Amino acid sequence: MSLAVRPLARQAVEDRPEQKGRSVRVFSADISATGEPWLWALGGALALGIILIAGFLALIFWNGVTTFWPKPIEVVTLQGGTLVAGEPFRAGVYRPDAGIIAKLSSEQQAFVEENGGFAQRTLYRTANFDIYGDDFRWVSDYEVAKVDYPRDFYLFERQEWGNFVGRIKGVIIDNQPQEYVADVMARAQREARDRFNEIRSIERGDIGRINHRLEQERLSIRRAELRYGPAAPETLAATERAVARIAELNAEFTVHQKRIADIRGIDQRNRVVLEEVGGRTKETELSQIVRYYPSNAVTTPDKIGIYFSRWGEFLSSEPREANTQGGVLPAIFGTVAMTLIMVVIVAPFGVITALYLREYAKQGRLVSMVRISVNNLAGVPSIVYGVFGLGFFCYTLGITIDQLFYPERLPNPTFGTGGILWASLTLALLTVPVVIVASEEALAAVPRSMREGSLACGASKWQTIRYVVLPKALPGIMTGMILAMARGAGEVAPLMLVGVVKLAPALPIDGFAPFVHLERSFMHLGFHIFDVGFQSRNSEAGKPMVFVTTLLLLALIVLMNSSAIYVRNRLKRKYATGHF
Amino acid sequence: MSTVAEAANASPPVDLSAQFQPTLYHTVESGEGVALDLRDFNLWYGSAQALFSVDMAIQKGMVTALIGPSGCGKSTLLRSLNRMNDLIDELRISGEVIVGGENIYRSGVDVIALRKRMGMVFQKPNPFAMSIFDNVVYPLRVDGVTNRAVLEETCERALRSSALWNEAKDRLKESALGLSGGQQQRLCIARAIASDPEVLLMDEPCSALDPIATAKIEELITELKGHYTIVIVTHNMQQAARVSENTAFMYLGRLIEYGDTKEIFVNPKLGQTRDYVTGRFG
Repeated sequence: MSLAVRPLARQAVEDRPEQKGRSVRVFSADISATGEPWLWALGGALALGIILIAGFLALIFWNGVTTFWPKPIEVVTLQGGTLVAGEPFRAGVYRPDAGIIAKLSSEQQAFVEENGGFAQRTLYRTANFDIYGDDFRWVSDYEVAKVDYPRDFYLFERQEWGNFVGRIKGVIIDNQPQEYVADVMARAQREARDRFNEIRSIERGDIGRINHRLEQERLSIRRAELRYGPAAPETLAATERAVARIAELNAEFTVHQKRIADIRGIDQRNRVVLEEVGGRTKETELSQIVRYYPSNAVTTPDKIGIYFSRWGEFLSSEPREANTQGGVLPAIFGTVAMTLIMVVIVAPFGVITALYLREYAKQGRLVSMVRISVNNLAGVPSIVYGVFGLGFFCYTLGITIDQLFYPERLPNPTFGTGGILWASLTLALLTVPVVIVASEEALAAVPRSMREGSLACGASKWQTIRYVVLPKALPGIMTGMILAMARGAGEVAPLMLVGVVKLAPALPIDGFAPFVHLERSFMHLGFHIFDVGFQSRNSEAGKPMVFVTTLLLLALIVLMNSSAIYVRNRLKRKYATGHF
Repeated sequence: MSTVAEAANASPPVDLSAQFQPTLYHTVESGEGVALDLRDFNLWYGSAQALFSVDMAIQKGMVTALIGPSGCGKSTLLRSLNRMNDLIDELRISGEVIVGGENIYRSGVDVIALRKRMGMVFQKPNPFAMSIFDNVVYPLRVDGVTNRAVLEETCERALRSSALWNEAKDRLKESALGLSGGQQQRLCIARAIASDPEVLLMDEPCSALDPIATAKIEELITELKGHYTIVIVTHNMQQAARVSENTAFMYLGRLIEYGDTKEIFVNPKLGQTRDYVTGRFG
């Protein structure tokens, strides 16, 4: 084709006398020969991939970032005179059933008719679950008479029962009903919250400690029984001592209980009277109110303050309201702790295996088979690892450990059930193929000349590996570790079997000896997403939290990975300029 | 391009393999002053024989050059001297290599100790990804030497011997990978002589270097001889002629002619040697 085109083009030049004398060469080739269409296809595929990823990230980012922004409260007057108050949550067009249309008034029917049988509807987050028995309500446009934005409507975030939308009718301070004054109420609410936190810290701190010691005393009796027999004099003596201490502890416990009861008494005298849009009232203790603000009257700086205070609560406190509100601190902690334990376990395992396979094992059929098996392990569905973890780690290993080391706690399992250690081990098993493959490749990439150089210096094989091969391969090994970490931190399915729970406010690390409790079950952000989005009574309310939690999990993985990459680059530089 | 082809046509290359007769001519004899003595040394990679009955006495304190066309077994021979070939699976040998009165292929020989007695410099500079200092003192470190003063003194001595001290003395803590190719090769020489070996084995040490770096290395070899027995594999006939006292011509796994360098280049006894050193083939 190119041969056919060239003379024609020359001809065309020669036909135009003004272009004569200038040499014009025409380069052309068949389009299939240049491969251009393939290039477009490749570029298109890449672009599609990037768009998908960017779109996915943008969706999560946008939904996650906007969730905590305060929204206005609309008060909708329906045509029948009913009032609906709430934050508009989402809207959509739908086609009402014939049955529903038949029940409408003639004007409403005409309205729907006009829109071609379609209607617009808005989902309002009406809150007040304790009064309405529901959190949300759909309102269709044909029902609406008018929409107001009253400035005296408040949104209350409560410790229990979720949000409340309504007016403040009055404040009861020290059992004295008073008119609502913003400052007085704000101060009273702050004080009430302080009291609430005080109760919590007494429960967590002092009472937690007493409970822990009571448990220890009970266990000491049981231990003595197991050791000396139930009727032995040692047992009786131990029991006597423990009983005395238990009595002391109980006395202490009563003191704390009394303190809590006193604080509760004050709490009960400070209340607020709320009125929902329909006029029904509700009295709530001030201490139950986490946060409140007049949605339609707050200024932008206030909104920013509320926004960040919500983020602060999200990142630093425990969940409330079946995980749909409050924070995710235990889940953050659980995710990070589990991932780190996993890395600590998987790193030596994977690297040692790779070292042996690559450096020491005789490369033959057996090693090939091991290598193929390792690669195939990476393709086993993760839930299978979960089943294995449950069966082997929890039930076999765990129960053995319980029988050997914690007989006094039986039949309550200690290690014989899901826990953060077993979850980390299961994930380590899941990610070890990634580490082995990456480490092997990194080791294989160390040039032969370097090994020979070291051996020629009179270094042993081990010294060569230790001082020359491993440092050189370390960045590659770290890359494998980073991949494993990303995979492990995002994995959920196996964890559901080996230790992740819906709610575990007790962190795996606390102030009671031995401080690190690897047997404890834990919360995980990935599971939290599943739980909030699909397992809670109020999945609609949980939806925004799904996005926020996803955003947080992504951010956490990015953070962990970038710190690992930072460490890797530091190592690269360190070994490039090198110490021994 | 065409001139080369014409030249080839004018004098057709000699096909030695067809008429090959292992006529050997050795003037260097075993006896006093021999550092390495190969006796009837054969080597097989699997079923392919790479070295055929090599008898060679390498003299102490002299530079011995190994020349010959690619694949003739020069490097294999060199690497047999410090048992670097042990890394290869399916390697078989027969015969003896006597070093200090002892056959290094005898069972029970400490290969690591042997390698410590023989420094080796490779075709491509292969400094480790460490600082210059750590590179030079690596042989001592693997020996367990931790005394800082000893290490520093050794480093300076080795770098001075390899004529790198002036260039490297201010950057001992910097990565060795930042040096130029020629400097890296001299660093490798410094590393090879740091543990004060008896023999220095050089496997085409200048093939990856430019002429100036090559000149420096050759100068260095000239300075080092006397202290060390040097065995150098080279493709560069001029280099062999310049630096060595004895030259060994190898062909197809056999040591063909071995003798005084001047004799080999000026007055070779065998036709094959003459063809090779005059550039008629190879």
